[in-house]
Amino acid sequence: MEFKRKNKTQLLSKIATNDRHGENSPYFDGWKAYDNNPFHPTQNPNGVIQMGLAENKLCFDLIKKWIMENPDASICTAEGVDKFKDVAIFQDYHGLKEFREAIAKFMGRVGGNKVTFDANRIVMSSGATGANETIMFCLADPGDAFLLPSPYYPGFARDLRWRTGLEIVPVDCKSSNNFRITRAAMEDAYEKAQKWNLNVKGIIIANPSNPLGTTLDIETMRSLVAFVNEKNIHLVCDEIYAATVFDSPRFVSVAEVIQDMDCCNRDLIHIVYSLSKDMGIPGFRVGIVYSFNDDVMLCARKMSSFGLVSSQTQYLLASMLSDDGFVGNFLRESSKRLAKRHYVFTKGLEQVGISCLTSNAGLFFWMDMRQLLKEQSFKGEIELWRVILNEVKLNVSPSSSFQCSEPGWFRVCFANMDDKTVEVALNRIRAFVLDRENQESNRSKRCWRKKHLRLSFSSTRLYDETIMSPCMISPHSPLVRAKT
Amino acid sequence: MAAISKIATGNGHGENSAYFDGWKAYEINPFHPTDRPDGVIQMGLAENQLCFDFIEKWLMEHPEASICTAEGVSKFKETALFQDYHGIPEFRQAVAKFMGKVRGDRVKFDPDRIVMSGGATGAHEMVAFCLADPGEAFLVPTPYYPGFDRDLRWRTGVELVPVVCDSANDFKITIDSLQSAYHKAQEANIKIKGLLITNPSNPLGTFMDKDTLKNIINFVNEKNIHLIGDEIYAATVFMEPEFVSISEVIEEVECNRDLIHIVYSLSKDMGFPGFRVGIVYSYNDTVTSCARKMSSFGLVSSQTQHLIATMLSNDEFIDNFVAESRERLFKRHKYFTWTLSQIGICSLKSNAGLFIWMDLRKLLKEKTFEAEMDLWRVIIDEVKLNVSPGSSFHCHEPGWFRVCFANMDNYTMEIALSRIRNFMVKNNETMVPPRNKLLRRTSLKLSLSRSLSRKMDDFIMSPSIMSPQSPLVQART
Repeated sequence: MEFKRKNKTQLLSKIATNDRHGENSPYFDGWKAYDNNPFHPTQNPNGVIQMGLAENKLCFDLIKKWIMENPDASICTAEGVDKFKDVAIFQDYHGLKEFREAIAKFMGRVGGNKVTFDANRIVMSSGATGANETIMFCLADPGDAFLLPSPYYPGFARDLRWRTGLEIVPVDCKSSNNFRITRAAMEDAYEKAQKWNLNVKGIIIANPSNPLGTTLDIETMRSLVAFVNEKNIHLVCDEIYAATVFDSPRFVSVAEVIQDMDCCNRDLIHIVYSLSKDMGIPGFRVGIVYSFNDDVMLCARKMSSFGLVSSQTQYLLASMLSDDGFVGNFLRESSKRLAKRHYVFTKGLEQVGISCLTSNAGLFFWMDMRQLLKEQSFKGEIELWRVILNEVKLNVSPSSSFQCSEPGWFRVCFANMDDKTVEVALNRIRAFVLDRENQESNRSKRCWRKKHLRLSFSSTRLYDETIMSPCMISPHSPLVRAKT
Repeated sequence: MAAISKIATGNGHGENSAYFDGWKAYEINPFHPTDRPDGVIQMGLAENQLCFDFIEKWLMEHPEASICTAEGVSKFKETALFQDYHGIPEFRQAVAKFMGKVRGDRVKFDPDRIVMSGGATGAHEMVAFCLADPGEAFLVPTPYYPGFDRDLRWRTGVELVPVVCDSANDFKITIDSLQSAYHKAQEANIKIKGLLITNPSNPLGTFMDKDTLKNIINFVNEKNIHLIGDEIYAATVFMEPEFVSISEVIEEVECNRDLIHIVYSLSKDMGFPGFRVGIVYSYNDTVTSCARKMSSFGLVSSQTQHLIATMLSNDEFIDNFVAESRERLFKRHKYFTWTLSQIGICSLKSNAGLFIWMDLRKLLKEKTFEAEMDLWRVIIDEVKLNVSPGSSFHCHEPGWFRVCFANMDNYTMEIALSRIRNFMVKNNETMVPPRNKLLRRTSLKLSLSRSLSRKMDDFIMSPSIMSPQSPLVQART
């Protein structure tokens, strides 16, 4: 029999053959460069340092100590094996009761105990990846849209859109006001969506923000809640970095905000949570959907069959997160260590005139490299990025991969390496910045100034003032030296 | 209230089916030997609980399989951080090896084609997303697992077109029935993208011979549609002949391998449904690559990957486990079916699965699905057994029931059997044959290999297999 090989792609679905999985974005190119030549302090000291992965590696010592002291948390130890069978056959999509209770308690503590989470509303998913997709399936139909403040986590393009068929409409946030989400920007995005004939079903925000590392202030939160109530659309808050807040202001969950807002229709409010960032266990795939809407909660629970948390893992975490002493100590220590690491990096960069967006959370900072762009465009940004990747050998993530409307910003992860690697990374950045600025200052001042007057974004004046002002620049900067 | 999605408000989750009603009855009043001796016995859940002692023994001998023991904790950090959707290499290698062993090492699986998913549930949905667009359809032979209605259709928008199989030829899939279903779909303007077979079958407990599989492969190649083989019960084959996988047959016939995909899981073969270990194994590179990206929505917990990698890499353990599991399933199945035959209840001849396909057509007041539902409610409410009515599996003939037997201990099984016996004696006495006549007829009908046959005789005749409290033992002595 002759087997005709028709065009391969016709055999498969549209989903399988489009690229809404998003892996053709530069965000992933950097990973490939790292995979080909990964840094190692002794074996490959000139390799690429991974600063593009928002992992929290700072507190494993605490977790390991707890595990050694609590062998009954595992179903594979002598102390725990009598539970093995019950756990191995447990596939109820309600999840282990103790797991739900422990997660609800943990979320409450992470929110400063300002609000109690109901264990019966805890719905599992396969990581935040699964949670975000699930909530979209529950709230919107193919072709509908969600507003999403930019810059935003690149994975959202896949998680929110790929298999759901939804669209994303960015809410443009600007550096001129520290990328705050303004009412005006939301209205603007909403109107744009209407013009494009898109049915907006909701807005999804990340709080704390990835990539900014900032938390939303209460006014912005209230404004968001008011906005969604007025438009009768949903509000999804991705709070997966909640416990990475290391400085004031403290984290305020949307759950807390709506407690004081009688005008809020709670059926519109949904939280996505995960332990991947707060506890540093992305491999365990612990995602949570917490909806205040009963229908959504029930639907998400049925959908959780597609991505339940392994019962072995549920059992371990139920035990760990029920231990109040451990949790209290972990949260405190984690914040402290993140604060310290953040300080070391941002201070180190400040010394060579690199500023970062002021931030109080996250596993990264939002680095401002605009003055190092050869041209103020995304082309210039990608060019700079390739230099950082291939010559400086740091995998950082360019703002374009976060759909930022302004070029020149880079997300730099700092919590996924040891102290020695931090030093190496800082030294490389410092050397690079100084070298680059030397190259720049060799050109005539006039030409340089003229070039920057042709900038195509609105905050030109602010930019000039920022760069030229001696108090923003460290005493060692060649720019200062040249002027004085 | 702001509208939620159509998916959320529709019934695509399938939980309004009768399949789940029985579960609800069980949940309200679950059997317990001492606390609730009159409760409902769960016989609607296809779980494999027969070999946990074996597994637990292995665990105690291998503390390094856990990242929470002194021997394993050095791996905790790297495992907890590992979220690469390729999966831990040792996990993929171990699963590939296990899949090969379960098929008698007659075929090798490539670890680089092993893609993870959230159980078989996640695997099926993922394959549907890869192969079909909303509105397109898969052919599915009936009777089939009720969960397919949700897994393949709910969020994907894909349709299922039944391929009717009937008892006249033991529910075998024929090429005629496939052609008929395919053409009917075409006439209705439904685009068929593939055929989904469950082999070994749920709920039948049978599996296909090589010729049937060859015919099926020829069929899909001729129509240029996909073949998805759900082989999650592969290691539950407890009696000869040996299980034949699609992966073996495609080595022997001309076939466009881009059409061939296998769904696997450890939920049934190993009894680990809670661990959510689903596998998509496609011979199509584009599908493998796409499914791998999608697996981000349902990766196996790295803690569990580590455990499974260690366990399934242990050749000796696996060989012993597979053999022991088969033996225990065989014994349980034989005792169960033999006891039922003693009280006049037949079931489809089967040699795999965690259930039997029980024939209660003679008990129906009339040959309708209403009568089937009536009988079913009697079984749940009066006999207090949660069994699953054939209609929930889209069976086209009323009167068949799936009864699970591997999810309980011996004592509970005896209680279940005695309840069935009491019900039959009370309500359908004429159907219960005289004891001696039936025993001889039954053992002649069985087509076992010699060694197994001897084992079975020993098993049946030995009073030590039955618990001392069993009414069957009492009646005989």
